[in-house]
Amino acid sequence: MAENKRMSLVVFNGTVDKLYPVAIMASGAVMNDMEVDIFLTFWGLMPFRKGEPYKVTQVSKDYDQMGDEMMRIMKEKNVPSWYDTLLQAKELGNIRIHACAMTVDLFGLTMEDFEPVIDDIIGVGEFVDMAGDSDTTLFI
Amino acid sequence: MDKVEITREIDARGSYCPGPMMELIRVMRSAAVGDVIAVLSSDQGSKRDIPKWTAKASQEFIGVEELEGYDRIVVRKVK
Repeated sequence: MAENKRMSLVVFNGTVDKLYPVAIMASGAVMNDMEVDIFLTFWGLMPFRKGEPYKVTQVSKDYDQMGDEMMRIMKEKNVPSWYDTLLQAKELGNIRIHACAMTVDLFGLTMEDFEPVIDDIIGVGEFVDMAGDSDTTLFI
Repeated sequence: MDKVEITREIDARGSYCPGPMMELIRVMRSAAVGDVIAVLSSDQGSKRDIPKWTAKASQEFIGVEELEGYDRIVVRKVK
């Protein structure tokens, strides 16, 4: 059997409007039997600290004015949280979630500080090697 | 499509992309070969995504029935 296609995501942003596309793109990859490597760096890593995933409500500054309204509509229409969407995709597919070593060191964090959904802490060299071997890479 | 016996129906109405498709994948994993699964979806992506997925996953796409405000999409697990 041919090796599965692969997608890499660099998640730099930690606002809810950026975390949704991360979860949804990862789901799309699972539908296509693609493997996914997600690299969480800087603000993108913060929502994965213990107890944080469901607390993220802030949207990007660019869309700040629409943020409350967006969250209200999502709630009204029972859209699952970005985190539950990501967990479902990870459960059904082959998704690996990596924490950026530099961010972890800079903020004095360890694996203990993160939700168990994070698989490991890796350096940028290892991630770029993964991205280089994958079929598509997105920066979110 | 009327003659096909449905083994299991997933009511994913009100759920947004990628919800219905992911529910289908989950159910297909645990289904037996030969099972026929119907997905009810009000999401506009499903009726395009599901036939594409069945083709790619080498499953059988039986059809789409367009009903009032939602679609009923039927697939058979063949492997």
